[in-house]
Amino acid sequence: MMSDDINQKIGNMVAGNDVVLFMKGTPLFPQCGFSSRAVAILDHLAVEYESVDVLQDMDVRQGIKTFSDWPTIPQLYVKGEFVGGSDIMMEMFEAGELATLMDEKQVAKADQA
Amino acid sequence: MSTESKGAEKGSVAKEMEELLVAAFAPERLEIINDSARHRGHSGDDGSGESHFTIIIDSAAFEGVSRVMRQRMVNKALGDIPGDRVHALSIKANVPNA
Repeated sequence: MMSDDINQKIGNMVAGNDVVLFMKGTPLFPQCGFSSRAVAILDHLAVEYESVDVLQDMDVRQGIKTFSDWPTIPQLYVKGEFVGGSDIMMEMFEAGELATLMDEKQVAKADQA
Repeated sequence: MSTESKGAEKGSVAKEMEELLVAAFAPERLEIINDSARHRGHSGDDGSGESHFTIIIDSAAFEGVSRVMRQRMVNKALGDIPGDRVHALSIKANVPNA
């Protein structure tokens, strides 16, 4: 079935990297304020992450909502686990919890420029 | 974080969300802030004036519930509004201070 394929595809994307951000646009050119905020948070945490531009794939854009039972984008995954959208990312970041989570999950740090 | 509602008169979507949230969570505090004006002309602005909202909701129903689950509860209660009829919904769901 079509939707199973999409679920499989998204599952592979999520498993493909320690930190995966589904967003609108790219980290360099985010197409939405919420995605932009999510990128800023991850950059600030200086972790390595993979981004998926949902605007490039309508199936993923729709499928990700079912996959996580979450209606909005951006969506952050760490070690295959759904963490939340931009509000939760911001709340956790401000509370220091996101940094703790990244440490606990032993996420790779980004190369510092 | 006590931003006042900009749009003086409440639109129909805001009213509908208020009714749904009151019915679902009997919140101690509920603020539905229309941020649409700040996003005029951005992607997602459909010209309705009701494209972007922030919801601040304090309810005992969120006691012992994770952040993700709280937002899911709010989104579920709002049916087809989040992401579909409203482009962007920022949700801050808290347990009332004891």
